[in-house]
Amino acid sequence: MAPMAVLKDATAIVGIGQTPFAKQLPETERALACRAILAALDDAGIAPDEVDALASYTMEETDEVEVAKALGLGDLTFFSKVGYGGGGSCATVAHLAAAIASGQATVGVAWRSRKRGSGPRPWKNTTVQLPTPAQWTRPFGLLRPADEIAMLARRHMHEYGTTRDHLFNVALACRNRANQNPAAIMYDRPLTREMYMTSRWISEPLCLFDNCLETDGALACVLVSAERARDCRRTPVYVHSAAQGLPAQHHGMVNYWNDDPLTGPAWTAARHLWKHADLTPDDIDVAQIYDAFTALIPLSLEGYGFCARGEGGAFTEGGALEIGGRLPLNTSGGGLSEAYVHGFNLITEGVRQLRGTSTAQVPGAATCLVTAGEGVPTSALLLRN
Amino acid sequence: MLTPVVDVDGAPFWEYAARGELRVQTCADCDEPRFPPRPCCPHCRSFDHEWRPLSGRGRIWSYVLPHPPLLPDYAEQAPYNVILVELADAPRIRLVGNLVSEAGARLDSVPADRIRIGARVQAVFTPEGLPQWVLERP
Repeated sequence: MAPMAVLKDATAIVGIGQTPFAKQLPETERALACRAILAALDDAGIAPDEVDALASYTMEETDEVEVAKALGLGDLTFFSKVGYGGGGSCATVAHLAAAIASGQATVGVAWRSRKRGSGPRPWKNTTVQLPTPAQWTRPFGLLRPADEIAMLARRHMHEYGTTRDHLFNVALACRNRANQNPAAIMYDRPLTREMYMTSRWISEPLCLFDNCLETDGALACVLVSAERARDCRRTPVYVHSAAQGLPAQHHGMVNYWNDDPLTGPAWTAARHLWKHADLTPDDIDVAQIYDAFTALIPLSLEGYGFCARGEGGAFTEGGALEIGGRLPLNTSGGGLSEAYVHGFNLITEGVRQLRGTSTAQVPGAATCLVTAGEGVPTSALLLRN
Repeated sequence: MLTPVVDVDGAPFWEYAARGELRVQTCADCDEPRFPPRPCCPHCRSFDHEWRPLSGRGRIWSYVLPHPPLLPDYAEQAPYNVILVELADAPRIRLVGNLVSEAGARLDSVPADRIRIGARVQAVFTPEGLPQWVLERP
């Protein structure tokens, strides 16, 4: 009986690895993927030929065959790719956790390698645009993810009084943490309110600093059973709960054609996440919330239950997202100020917080929420030590 | 400028638009309008549908003003507006479009300070058959 609890604390992240982050790195995505995965396996103290499971994003261009062959992995018995861009980040770990907990595999690696800094901007490609829903949006000049999310941001401001200062609070918290993290692209570049308020627009009401970085880089993590994790060289970071979310009648980044566009996938993922957890939002010490755009943070804070509907902007006031605040956010700098690698750096930073090794350590952090992209079919993890 | 990359389900929308008609796919069995067009009704699972004409009236639900970097044809008109119109006849459908001074006008033809959430708008059509929107009370 009790199949409901099969995932809870059954697996742990025991290794993390990453390449440097930069606007431009000389190596290929494939080479970067290999380096990040090897670093994660070395961190875990597990040999590459013990790996029998892989998980990544459908947008990942280095496939399982390439990774397994290049790194000399063992026989793979589980491999999985998750769709919807940054919405898949946490689901890669969730799929490995399910595979390991159910006996399909024993050592899993999840990774993301991307040259988004020096490579093309996906929205500039007009030859392979998706027929649906692009036909309903792109001819009118709603071209970029920033435009699509700015539409929801404007409505949130209109309905709930969310302000640009609230969005600045998000950008500032991420930048302040990046200023503590030597690996962050924005390590030595502080942000001020004046810089934010006078920066150029990208898609009003979103300005330059409301948008994530464009980064080359790769990251990986290693997952094993809780039993095996106890023998690994690092403090195990347990996957306490995991969820994916694709709400009924949801429509991705252009979620305009249903009852309530401001209730996004976070709400669906959150219900499942908390249902299977021993924790509530009040128990969370630190959060790594997907931040391709600042405006996703208020939406996610509401969706994951840290505040009521419409209060996500106000929640950011009074230093709530800073160290010592109500919910320290994106403590490595996040996608806004450390690196934008489809949210995988949020997972690895969650692990560092629970190991006590973050460059912006929340004292005694024992629980961390990590989320994937809001506004697309998403996923989330509750991690604990 | 990008033209719609039409799929089988969406084609009738564009055919009607080319004739200056705004129509949405509606279930022939349970009368629920749906968007974007799909083979099957999510309410009653019927495959029978019809294309029902609308009044073309709506209200601005939200809007953005894109600035570069953009595709060249759009960058040339930036900052322009993209509005989301809640249809009077089908409130759960919010069509993406542009608020313009008259049919066929540039995407920046209405000053940004004239755009308000809640403003009433009316559908018009470009010579190429693309729906646009004008203010009911300019």
